[in-house]
Amino acid sequence: MNGDACLALRGVTKRFGSLTVLEDVNVEVRAGERCGIIGPNGAGKSTLFNIVAGELALTRGNVAFLGRDVTRRSAHARARMGLARTFQTTTLFPKLTVIENLILALQAHSGERFQMLAPLTRQRHRYDEALALLERVGLRSRADENVAALGYGEQRQIEILLAIAQKPKLLLLDEPTAGLAPADASLVTEMLKRERAGITMVLIEHDMGVVFDVVDRLVVLHHGRVVADGPLDAVRGDARVQEIYLGGTL
Amino acid sequence: MKTAISRRWTIAIAAGLLIALVLPKAGIPTFFVSLLTQTWIITIAAMSLDLLIGFVGLVNFSQASLFGVGAYAVAIAATQHHITGFLPGLLLGIVAAVATAALFGLVALRAEGPGFIIITIALNEIVWGLAYQWTSVSGGDNGITGITRPAVGPFDVSSNSGYYYVCLAAFVLSFALLMLLVRSPYGLVLKGVRETPRRMRALGYNVWFYRYSAMLISAAFAGMAGVLYAWYNQFVGPVNLSLDQSTQFLIVTILGGIGTLYGQLFGALVVVFLSNELSAVTQRWMLVLGIVYFVVVMYAPGGLVVLVPRLWARLRGRRVAVVPTEPLLGAEEP
Repeated sequence: MNGDACLALRGVTKRFGSLTVLEDVNVEVRAGERCGIIGPNGAGKSTLFNIVAGELALTRGNVAFLGRDVTRRSAHARARMGLARTFQTTTLFPKLTVIENLILALQAHSGERFQMLAPLTRQRHRYDEALALLERVGLRSRADENVAALGYGEQRQIEILLAIAQKPKLLLLDEPTAGLAPADASLVTEMLKRERAGITMVLIEHDMGVVFDVVDRLVVLHHGRVVADGPLDAVRGDARVQEIYLGGTL
Repeated sequence: MKTAISRRWTIAIAAGLLIALVLPKAGIPTFFVSLLTQTWIITIAAMSLDLLIGFVGLVNFSQASLFGVGAYAVAIAATQHHITGFLPGLLLGIVAAVATAALFGLVALRAEGPGFIIITIALNEIVWGLAYQWTSVSGGDNGITGITRPAVGPFDVSSNSGYYYVCLAAFVLSFALLMLLVRSPYGLVLKGVRETPRRMRALGYNVWFYRYSAMLISAAFAGMAGVLYAWYNQFVGPVNLSLDQSTQFLIVTILGGIGTLYGQLFGALVVVFLSNELSAVTQRWMLVLGIVYFVVVMYAPGGLVVLVPRLWARLRGRRVAVVPTEPLLGAEEP
């Protein structure tokens, strides 16, 4: 179909009853691109993410991932193909330890997830891999604590780390700094800047500082429609965008 | 620190096993041997339920029907088809229970949470109705009598103390297998499904498959417990797969401590002994059992495995600051 596009949305429309949340959205994300999706509350950003990830069925249109039509594929089948995501509200495994959280992400695509009678502790290489990932965000010493014991900012970093552990071909980040104190938010931003090399990502974010730091292309959603789409600077300068969303402040 | 806890556990398990082994030889009344045999069987069924509730997050009310299907399968095979061997009987019961769960899972897993519970209640009632009314096969309300305990290889285990060891061995084997299972990579996946199914899907796990496969594994142990019970009781009736029986398994599971597997042993001990001893003293024994259950759930939702150590510590005048709700499972890891 379209070998070049990592993700291609064509005519994506979503209605909840009589409420139209998304109307004829067409977006293509090329491999290696880092694309931000912005728009006021209720613009349909999270709905769009849930449709791309396969958690929500769409009303019309189709979704292609890596050149294959995945419109009817389940969320886990898409994840298997290399699509990873984070959630707007932290969605970890609260009663498991930090390292167990990561091991779940690391073994997700490997046959050992069916192993029933050998202890997990025998998977030495998984522990090493998980520790190496934790090292990257400076949380190695917290590996054996319950993930619920971590601070909120640390949990957000684990949230992103889980997605990165999947070695994704496309990474969807849903407001990674939502609800974070400025210091924590900059931790997460720094992490994204460090990790973004070589990863194709789509980022939803309200914090413009984060957006401008991380992405190189912007899509603006308003009332479920794409009103602007282009390189960061071009969209920033677009008068219409400034009027409806940025309030002329940029 | 961790190895110390682990060593204490090894000693406790070894001591418990030793006591369990010598008890029937130590001259305790046959009645108690019989109650302990029942305890081993109920514990297997309760552990099979704990696998679902404590590790996958599925509250299954149809566990008694799987237990009962195992019991009926071996009873019908023995009385109507002359299949009376130990291994054939055991295998037949397990296969029958797993096949039933394979069907149940297809229906019940279309829902989650409360929906799943309601469907499993309905499924249990259907199986009970079959046992109650399909008289030509199940004997209806009269049940099936004339089941005899088969020999295990060269050993005659028809006596109460002989059969005690069969059930003890089955319990130890089940416990070891289930313990291995929940600590394996697959076990971690089950815990992930219990905690946050949405994230599991996002990671690429087929949540339905893990729930379904866990139901089948759980059913194998429930079916085995059913077979052992049929041989123990030498009678199978609709009461063995009633909703009451499902509730009893649930009470044992919760009373002992959800998500522990070893807690169920204590839950079963309390329920089996209390219900038998109390029913000899008062007709209101259900009320007493109800109060015990109520107190544990109110004051120690972690079950007896949390409550007893806490009371013990208080008796010795120590105050325990923090009581973990999931004791020792993590602490046991090397």
